[in-house]
Amino acid sequence: MSRGHSTFMFEGITKGLEGALSFLRGQGKLTEQNMQDGLRAVQQALLEADVQYDVARDFTARIAEQALGAEVLKSLKPYEQFVGIVHQELINLMGPVDHSLNLRRGELTVLMLCGLQGSGKTTTCGKLAKLLQESGAKPMLVAADMQRPAAIEQLRVIGQQLGVPVYSEAPDSNAVRVCQNGVAAARKNGDVDVVILDTAGRLHVDADLMREIEQIDLKLSPQQILLVCDAMTGQDAVNSAKAFNDALELDGVILTKLDGDARGGAALSIKAVTGVPIKFIGVGEQLDKLEPFHPDRMAGRILGMGDVLTLVEKAQREFDADQMAEQQEKLLKGKFTLMDFKDQMGAVRKMGPLTQIMKLLPGMGKVVDMLSSADIDPEEDLVQIEGIIDSMTPRERDNPDLIDMSRRRRIADGSGTNPSDVNKLIKEFSTMSGMMQQMAGMNKWQQMRQIKQMADGGLFDPGAQIQIAKKSTALGPLDKRAQQDKKKKQRKDARKQRKKNRR
Amino acid sequence: MGLFDKLKRGLQKTKDLLQTDLRDLLKSGEILTEPKLEQFYSRLIATDMGVASAKAIIEELREKHVGRTVVFEEVWDTVRAKLKALLKGDSGTLWDASQPLSPLRFAPEGVTVILVAGVNGVGKTTSIAKLANLLKKNGKKVVLAAGDTFRAAAVEQLTLWSQRLGVEIVTKPSGSDPASVAYAGCARALETNADVVIVDTAGRIQTQQNLMKQLSKIQRVIADKVPGAPHEVLLVLDATTGQNGISQAQHFSQTVSCTGLVLAKLDGTAKGGIVLAIRKEMNLPVKYVGVGEQIDDLELFDPDEFVNALFDQ
Repeated sequence: MSRGHSTFMFEGITKGLEGALSFLRGQGKLTEQNMQDGLRAVQQALLEADVQYDVARDFTARIAEQALGAEVLKSLKPYEQFVGIVHQELINLMGPVDHSLNLRRGELTVLMLCGLQGSGKTTTCGKLAKLLQESGAKPMLVAADMQRPAAIEQLRVIGQQLGVPVYSEAPDSNAVRVCQNGVAAARKNGDVDVVILDTAGRLHVDADLMREIEQIDLKLSPQQILLVCDAMTGQDAVNSAKAFNDALELDGVILTKLDGDARGGAALSIKAVTGVPIKFIGVGEQLDKLEPFHPDRMAGRILGMGDVLTLVEKAQREFDADQMAEQQEKLLKGKFTLMDFKDQMGAVRKMGPLTQIMKLLPGMGKVVDMLSSADIDPEEDLVQIEGIIDSMTPRERDNPDLIDMSRRRRIADGSGTNPSDVNKLIKEFSTMSGMMQQMAGMNKWQQMRQIKQMADGGLFDPGAQIQIAKKSTALGPLDKRAQQDKKKKQRKDARKQRKKNRR
Repeated sequence: MGLFDKLKRGLQKTKDLLQTDLRDLLKSGEILTEPKLEQFYSRLIATDMGVASAKAIIEELREKHVGRTVVFEEVWDTVRAKLKALLKGDSGTLWDASQPLSPLRFAPEGVTVILVAGVNGVGKTTSIAKLANLLKKNGKKVVLAAGDTFRAAAVEQLTLWSQRLGVEIVTKPSGSDPASVAYAGCARALETNADVVIVDTAGRIQTQQNLMKQLSKIQRVIADKVPGAPHEVLLVLDATTGQNGISQAQHFSQTVSCTGLVLAKLDGTAKGGIVLAIRKEMNLPVKYVGVGEQIDDLELFDPDEFVNALFDQ
């Protein structure tokens, strides 16, 4: 059994390309011959990401056309340039997007959600309602799923959680009638401006149920019809999307369950085959986990290049800018304490589960796999570390050197850990704060390298000791002042030496 | 009506199509060329079996038949043999077609516990209802444990099924610890001398570590109450699932050591070819397939029918 088959393979697409195209180095141009392996690697990556065969084939043909004869830029490695072309073409294909739901001003807007069973329609109804609520609209949900037992109940619970009215009838009612009555009820209510219809999941080959949803479309003419599609869907995604689009003329697609490790090639296939744009993506079970779709990020995801932009956005949303600036200053002055450390960890945790965040980083997917296979949960460690820090007195947090054996035992008792855990934390913290001070004086690239060293040295492996980064011998200690002094002294010595030589 | 009749009726069309459709591609008397192999490759990919499995089959065809005159039956035999080899894996698990319960491992004595897991929306609850129905029809006394305490109204959904089927169900309020529901279900089954208890669990994306830990806790609690349990850990897989199915099978197996798959929603146009890749990677067999929305629409997995249906268009 080969562990992590799928993720590993995708994670490796850029690597695979690197290998396939490495011989391009030094060659001036991309030619049909020297691109073959690269194109094959791209096609395989797309297929492994569930992109439909024909779409993948057409796509690689277009890439070949574009890349053919392109000069290999000196500043880039050929595979980088090639991946760049692929990435851009993916973006072009999936974009541009329009996130608007065409809400009508002063009039009731009707949105309808449809899709296969289990794609996440009911949950997505709730998420859309929340999104609308936040933008100032007053949504109402209509429970038109008469098929699945307790679907109505599920929508009612969601409505309650959001404080959104839900219109429903007995489970044996007619779905078309329920939708009509629901919209009438919304009009009568007066305090509702958007109605969201939750229809039953149906197979696109189920003639009766497809007729039913066409009837709803005909009788209510919703302003927006959105297809809810599971991101884990394979080659069949195109068939169902096509059938729904033929029957209803879709306005957009919501891709759900993207919080897992699915590559979501369906996004590309559906857009390519039906032309219907992806509008939103679902990234979690909670009702606030609906995000606008960004083709550039999805392109990165399909290629397994990580989703850096989302991470940056998340970080920007969660980190308090002032707090950051304050901590940075402390860092520069070398006054970074255990308390600051804890605050920072809290901020990171607010962004979501650590493993999820790490997955978004290029190349980190493998680390996450490694952790989970070794049954290491970084989350658990964070909880433990927080517990230890919480059990210290303010003075100890400011100055960990104070902590002697008896204090250590007290802290361990207070946090339900072992004295050795306390010791390890203090040791690691002092190594880390040392490194952080170093980093404060570095430029971005040096910082990146340092972070990588920290990761390699076991930042995510609590069993390992973090290594102190090897200092550059050319630069000497990173204290600028000391360096300047040293240089001054060197120059002075050199002058003296020259004088001596002259004599 | 025999258990197989329904599936066979549905698949009759398949067989006819198979004969004409593949025959068109692999015409007898013509030379098998690379472009034709490429076309066949695209057909294999369309089943979701994945690049590795598709390549393995193409490789076999290339070795045995390329450059030669096609005899359709021979080429088809090669394909079918390879597919079946992939499906049967190392263990060669086969069950008795006349015994609908033969894929299940029952406790030598006392209560048998079946744990059912899977990602969100694959059809766990419906599959459980179908399985309970099958067990009951075959003379087993069944208790359901409504362990999906997370999704709104999931408990109600299973309760409705239990009423329709006339089997006992153990529930706790929404938000309760699912492990405690599993425990109570096992306890109830022991109390009432039931034969089988089926434990439902909330859908979870396989990369959510906390939820996966919760699942292994459920398993531990079951083992505490009934030694040797759970006897079956079934992973429900949506037939429309693509390559992510491998990741699902891997993560769930790592957590709760799955014993088999239930391939749900096979009544659409999706082929469920991902089970080939899963068998190849993990040696995890398919035990049942869900072929419709009715309560009786759960069938024993039959590799022959499955292989034929793969090329239905």
